[in-house]
Amino acid sequence: MNANIEPTDFVFDAAAEAAVARAIARYPAGKQASAVMALLDIAQRQMERLTGSAWVPRLAMDVVAQRLGIAAARVYEIATFYTMYNTKPVGKYHLQVCTTTPCWLRGSDEVVSSCKKVAGIEGFGQTSADGLFTMTEVECLGGCVNAPILQINDDYYEDLDAARTEALLNALKSGAPLPPAGSSIGRQASAPVTNQTALLNNTKPVE
Amino acid sequence: MLNDADRIYQNLYGQQDWRLSGARARGDWNATADILARGRDAIIEEVKASGLRGRGGAGFPTGMKWSFMPKQSDGRPSYLVVNADESEPGTCKDRDIIRHEPHKLIEGSLIAGFAMGAHTAFIYIRGEYYNEAARLQAAIEEAYAAGLLGKNAAGSGWDFDLVLHRGAGAYICGEESALLESLEGKKGMPRMKPPFPAAMGLYGCPTTVNNVESIAGVPTILRRGAAWFSALGRPKNAGTKIFCISGHVNRPCNVEEELGTPLKDLIEKHAGGVRGGWDNLQAVIPGGASMPILNKEMCETQLMDFDSLAAVRSGLGSGAIIVMDKSADVVKAIWRLSKFFKHESCGQCTPCREGTGWMMRMMDRIVQGKASMADIALMEQVTTQVAGHTICAFGDAAAWPIQGLMRAFRPLVEQRATDYKPAQPLAQAAE
Repeated sequence: MNANIEPTDFVFDAAAEAAVARAIARYPAGKQASAVMALLDIAQRQMERLTGSAWVPRLAMDVVAQRLGIAAARVYEIATFYTMYNTKPVGKYHLQVCTTTPCWLRGSDEVVSSCKKVAGIEGFGQTSADGLFTMTEVECLGGCVNAPILQINDDYYEDLDAARTEALLNALKSGAPLPPAGSSIGRQASAPVTNQTALLNNTKPVE
Repeated sequence: MLNDADRIYQNLYGQQDWRLSGARARGDWNATADILARGRDAIIEEVKASGLRGRGGAGFPTGMKWSFMPKQSDGRPSYLVVNADESEPGTCKDRDIIRHEPHKLIEGSLIAGFAMGAHTAFIYIRGEYYNEAARLQAAIEEAYAAGLLGKNAAGSGWDFDLVLHRGAGAYICGEESALLESLEGKKGMPRMKPPFPAAMGLYGCPTTVNNVESIAGVPTILRRGAAWFSALGRPKNAGTKIFCISGHVNRPCNVEEELGTPLKDLIEKHAGGVRGGWDNLQAVIPGGASMPILNKEMCETQLMDFDSLAAVRSGLGSGAIIVMDKSADVVKAIWRLSKFFKHESCGQCTPCREGTGWMMRMMDRIVQGKASMADIALMEQVTTQVAGHTICAFGDAAAWPIQGLMRAFRPLVEQRATDYKPAQPLAQAAE
């Protein structure tokens, strides 16, 4: 929480307010503290929408605490305990590289190298000079049979290698939107890439 | 090999429609009210008779767990909580159920909720599964619109609400009491037990926490009968299981197979074999990151079920099979798991908070060739001071990979020992 980058004000906008109301309504009366994770996420998404950077300023944490009637310190500890809340600004594209053993065995080192090369950064936690990319090391993303995986913002890009990672990031750099999430080699979800051995009666995708 | 007709998850790979219409075509939501009409005791007895054991890793009998819930309310509501916080490295099975068979999970939640007297269930899904959560939410909304959830759910006379709760990145929230803390809007720090959740769980009310795969399989078990399910697999290890085969295989994949299937068959038949052939196999982690590693000799005849793996002091865990060929540095692979556990320790218990960082740094020294034989012996000894000395099983989970490495690969680790002496005594606190 760096005072230099803190905004001077934070209020939920109309879109966020609707999401906040839905989130609080999901829990029993008097248990609105359960919505704290949802409200921090809503705040982070509002920041992304309005500033291009998905993060939660301290002022937003205070707003969440007030809204739920809980101590501000309790919101701060939630925001810092869970890894998905960014407590400082990140680039437009948040490159979350899984380097845990299943991804590492399948070449996550290459994915890291490609991210560094295209973004022109030297390590985790850094943001590219153009503000486009921030690279973060993350633990197992739970897509291990499609390793290695790079999560960009909300989407998983799977079955990557150095060349496909570079191509993906270079496209973003030249202004292309995020491509559809999923396998970079056209695999059908978690099925084997060829020679499917199970569920042979339904090998034709419908989506 | 399991017949396709005996697979519970007919749309595991998403090759058919995930929506309600597609789910109904696969038999989901077919006369659900008739299942509930059997009564809660009959449902629990059927699930017990099926031999279903929890698919999240611990393998506790699911029907017995449900029977711990109070039969009569003392005024407090009962809750079902579905653990969809899939985070054990190597594991990606619940993801497929959520995105391709969401209605099996929703229908299973209704049946399980009814059987334990719960009118409300929460599904706690890991935050990174954003797209999966969106799909599950869409399926939940379809179910409400079709009268399958809400008042008089599926025409059963039972009112049932299902709420999706997204996490935000913390492996420890897969531990059931940490998950409940998180669901209550706190840091995910495990609770002391007792009281167990069935007595005092979510909001201080009776609660049962079940894994996604346990719950989603229930409707099929009740439709096809306990006898069908228990005839699959091995004695005390009944039924089918989704295995996730990752790492150095030619065709990594998820596949649903019978419990007790030989490890070699799963790798060779379904995952296209070890890269470079079976003889190029070096090691397998058979049940997700916390389960002790097996060397090739152990893999030759190993059966994949709870009891067969416990017999070799490893475990089925979540059914995540991480394969390493001879090119892999297994010591570094285990170091990376130590780093994982160090990162994910919630910090509540001293042996775990301090021990995970200590073990990671010692593993790092072994990888770097900066550890002596005495250091390796000390590390083994320290693992025993972490395992079993913490509120939850995380301490065990962090110690076991190293203990397993020493059992299966002692010569390889000891080869890395040097006469290295640190320039100054190590007095490094946890970061």
